[in-house]
Amino acid sequence: MQIPISALFDFFLGFFGYKLASGTAYFIDTTLGIFVMMLVILVSVAFLVLWDRKIWASVQLRKGPNVVGPFGTLQLFADFIKFAVKEVVVPASADKFVFLFAPLLMFVLGMAAWAVIPVTENWVFADLNIGILYIFAISSLGVYGIIMGGWASNSKYPFLGSLRSAAQMVSYEVSIGFVIITVVVTVGSLKLSDIVRAQEEVWYAFTWLFPMFIVFFISALAETNRPPFDLPEAEPELVAGYQSEYSSTPYMMFMMSEYVSIVLMCAMTTILFLGGWLPPWPFGTEAMSWLPIPPIVWFVLKVLFVFFMFAMVKAFVPRYRYDQLMRLGWKIFLPFSLVWVALSAAIVVYFPDAPGVIQGQVGP
Amino acid sequence: MALQAIAFYLFSAIVIGAAFLVISSRNPVHSVLFLILAFFNAAGLFVLLGAEFLAMILVVVYVGAVAVLFLFVVMMLDIDFVELRQGFLQYMPMGVVIGSIVLVELIFVLGAVTVAPEISAPAAFPVPPVSEQANTAALGQILYTDYVYFFQAAGMILLVAMIGAIVLTLRTREGVRRQKISEQVGRRRAEGVELVKVRPGDGI
Repeated sequence: MQIPISALFDFFLGFFGYKLASGTAYFIDTTLGIFVMMLVILVSVAFLVLWDRKIWASVQLRKGPNVVGPFGTLQLFADFIKFAVKEVVVPASADKFVFLFAPLLMFVLGMAAWAVIPVTENWVFADLNIGILYIFAISSLGVYGIIMGGWASNSKYPFLGSLRSAAQMVSYEVSIGFVIITVVVTVGSLKLSDIVRAQEEVWYAFTWLFPMFIVFFISALAETNRPPFDLPEAEPELVAGYQSEYSSTPYMMFMMSEYVSIVLMCAMTTILFLGGWLPPWPFGTEAMSWLPIPPIVWFVLKVLFVFFMFAMVKAFVPRYRYDQLMRLGWKIFLPFSLVWVALSAAIVVYFPDAPGVIQGQVGP
Repeated sequence: MALQAIAFYLFSAIVIGAAFLVISSRNPVHSVLFLILAFFNAAGLFVLLGAEFLAMILVVVYVGAVAVLFLFVVMMLDIDFVELRQGFLQYMPMGVVIGSIVLVELIFVLGAVTVAPEISAPAAFPVPPVSEQANTAALGQILYTDYVYFFQAAGMILLVAMIGAIVLTLRTREGVRRQKISEQVGRRRAEGVELVKVRPGDGI
């Protein structure tokens, strides 16, 4: 995403007879763009947490946060100030460096993945050739924040929570990987913007990849430790799991990064299955062009829709038992998605006219 | 270019530093964490070389999966550090032998020593330049088209190894109660509920 702030700098420098070198201009634009993106993500996360709590509350016939600001909109900012001004308590027996490094790592990783998310056609910091692998790699690193936090706390519950979390995230990464492979096989490219463009004709959620959409959604819930798979922080058994010993800012970083990665998973679902910034299927870009709606609105609406689903699942699905969780991951999702990988490859080879298949990718 | 050089020296310095700390840390968990740091920076070096696919696979496979298992095991260990240090001299000759073999091999590679150039020459496929073919596609071409049989053979060997490990360690333990979902679901009212008339004072 390029915001030409450097033009402004150039304008003011022009009074003194200077001009920015192109490298400097690029540097300024990129750095400021990153700040703007981070700010937007963090502020929207604040409102999404509020929305999440509101949805949860209305399912349970409560009001939810409604005191701070109109309709409780400023609740999360009040929480933020409260977290930030409290004392950071580090347990005496904790491994101090690792203890404080873990939330920082989570936060950095949560943000780093956003660098390759194409919000619209050209709004992306780095449209990597291997964008989807990058996201997969970054999200597979997320488990370290949790393991390190749980281990460094040097306490029973955090440790058990982090072990659970590590096993869970590694298990569900396998099925997420296979789901990604089915989409990549169909598109024939690892580039995220190519994946979106390939859905011009039909969104992948409405093709034979629909079961993979479901698998991806459920795996994303497990991967981000959301209910019904929030066993790492199951409060009846483990107090708060790996976060038990954390307080104030480090805790806030854990919480924020958790929500950032949830929104990232929503964005990934949107890009892989719901056509990213494209207007709704079955109308297509051509038919919808009379509506003066910028593509980013579609993207945000779809992300919000997926987030709404996340919140609803949290509201009315009871928590899984740990062995059921592992059974679902290894004995159901893994074989099922593996079969679907083979099926997708077969469809790409034998039915190149099937909807959504990008043609001409199979060589002689 | 200067930026690339800075990045290269940064990554390399961190890789070497982290690799040294892997073997010198007192705490094995710290060792594994430094190992992860080393992997990660090695991935950075791959990116600098233009091999971004390899870099990502390194992160996904080694950092995301293998090192997690390492960390898992190491965290669960209850290690007595004094006892750990005692065996050091005993294992040192073996370590020196292995280390020197690796060192000699590295010198051969770096010195570009070729024993029989006529053997190695025709084995190599011509590699198209980076600008013509993305390295993901190039890897796919080599693995799944040019050397597909070797790849399949390697896969079969790994599969056999995996099945072997499972067969060797799998044993059915007595007295473990497992959930049988089909039985639970297949239960009917007739076998689950019983109406009993109990007269006061008699019991069942």
